[in-house]
Amino acid sequence: MSALVPARPRLLRRSGGGTTTAIRCFGAFAVLLVLLAVCAPLIAPQDPNVGDVLSVLQPPSSQHWLGTDASGRDLFSRLVFGSRTALLGPLVVVLVATSVGTTLGVLAAWNRGWVDSLIGRLFDLVFSFPSMLLALLFVTVMSPGLFSAALAVSIAFVPAVGRLVRATALREVNEPYVQALRTQGFGPVAVCLRHVLPNVWPVIVAQVTMSFGYAMVELAGISFLGLGVQDPTADWGKMINTGQGSIVRGFPQESLYAGIALVLAVVCFISLGDLLSERRDGGPR
Amino acid sequence: MAIVEHNLPRSAGRPWSGVLLTVAGRLAQMALTLLTASFLIFVALQLAPGNPVDIMLGAKAGDPEAVRRLNAQYHFDQPLLVQYGHWLTGLLHGDLGTSFVFRESVSSLIAARVPTSALLVAYGGVLVLVLGFAVGLVASRAGRTVDTGISVLLSVALATPTYVIAIVLITVFSLYLDWFPVFGSGDGLLGRLHHLTLPAVTLALSSSAAMARVTRAAVKDEEGRDHVTTAVARGLDRRTVLGRHVVRNALLPITTIAGIIGAGLIAGTVIVENAFGLDGVGSLLVQAITRKDYAVVQSTSVLIIAAFLLVNAFVDVLYGIIDPRTRTGGTR
Repeated sequence: MSALVPARPRLLRRSGGGTTTAIRCFGAFAVLLVLLAVCAPLIAPQDPNVGDVLSVLQPPSSQHWLGTDASGRDLFSRLVFGSRTALLGPLVVVLVATSVGTTLGVLAAWNRGWVDSLIGRLFDLVFSFPSMLLALLFVTVMSPGLFSAALAVSIAFVPAVGRLVRATALREVNEPYVQALRTQGFGPVAVCLRHVLPNVWPVIVAQVTMSFGYAMVELAGISFLGLGVQDPTADWGKMINTGQGSIVRGFPQESLYAGIALVLAVVCFISLGDLLSERRDGGPR
Repeated sequence: MAIVEHNLPRSAGRPWSGVLLTVAGRLAQMALTLLTASFLIFVALQLAPGNPVDIMLGAKAGDPEAVRRLNAQYHFDQPLLVQYGHWLTGLLHGDLGTSFVFRESVSSLIAARVPTSALLVAYGGVLVLVLGFAVGLVASRAGRTVDTGISVLLSVALATPTYVIAIVLITVFSLYLDWFPVFGSGDGLLGRLHHLTLPAVTLALSSSAAMARVTRAAVKDEEGRDHVTTAVARGLDRRTVLGRHVVRNALLPITTIAGIIGAGLIAGTVIVENAFGLDGVGSLLVQAITRKDYAVVQSTSVLIIAAFLLVNAFVDVLYGIIDPRTRTGGTR
């Protein structure tokens, strides 16, 4: 599950025209997800957090489209509202990990020498922790919740972004145009921001999209362990966990629906990132 | 390097001196990383909310006499570095302190949990090796339709998180088919294996998919090489060519991914043990975190990291054994 694993889901074969169509399809699905999250109160027929003790674990009906959970809450509404935390968490992860990782990566590539090796050591140290363990420890220190979980996962994701950016920026920094700009008297910050960064950008975008999918898996995992999103807020990872108690009672719906929603969203973002990096000649390596 | 060679009894052992050097180097590097990591965790847990003394005292929290006594007993009144030193010397003596919540020594608490986790990882590892390798080999030899079918299945398996696989397997095999128990660890070796089957499959599934994909790619890549064409032209039968020429060379990229997979299996136990209610190290860690039992959190995390690093180091060494070209030193 770590960002290190080179094998990435590739749902469609690579072929010139097909790739663009596939990117459009997954992109459309991603936009749909965002709309679902933003318009959740308009779409969900009932309050996702208020249950009715008299209608516990009900099968699908006209009133409850997907049935109810062990607290009598409407599963469809909880599923719809769950898309909010599912997207918000990875958004925080991607923002923090990308900005910190990119800054450190460019810094290392530009300065080389001891700065480079210090940053490299730092990344190695973070990599020596399994990312889930690092996240759990961080949540312990910060106290459980969506935002501490998101920050925790960001730290685990920084080295992957940082190494990628460093490798790409290193190639740019050695280009003659950088030398030319420096000779003309432009400062290092200006050259990095205005010239190096835009050239590294396509690599970052592909990585960000993929990280979004992986972050979703990790965050839902933390919520599944009960250390992420807290009750009564609807969250897919949390729903998989609470629904487990109902499975033995013969009601696997809650866990299964949340699981399916999560897998669909994850596949969408990972495949999108994969296709983006594929279109940009041959991937990140 | 010279010292190592002199210590070796036979000159025939020379090619292995490179391996020994790698082992020594990796172990030293590992110890250093582990030391840094354990110190960082120690400092971080000091910053965590909740005062262990208050938790221990429960209703009597705030009693100055009791607080002073406990502080002295657990060295809480001493500087951070001294406290870390106490933990480290304790670790070397096999004494990891006392759990405030379980009222038991941390080392015996962990020792009771290790067999379940170790068995789970070993079971999962065997499944990954057998399943991943077999599926990858089949995909590399199969026709286009089968290959594409397998490839789509692998993509789905790779993208599905372990906790989702867990609930699907529980629903199908425990609820509807009633083949496997839902919770618990079982008694005796057979009982344990029976209880661990669903968790091990859960743990192994997405790793097997990664393994299968790498195996398929490596075998296909190797098949196109000149030396394979030569072997076929020399009239060797297909099985010999596949076994001695293709698979043997394909082992190298497979070993690379095996390290990542092994480390992933260890990290994955945290989720899997919780999903199936197993009493392993991973579930102990989560229990300790929820109940703010920091002495247990400290030692369990360091144990997991140590296992994680050990697997990576082991694969590095294995690399040298499989392919003499990658041995450092001794080769020239």
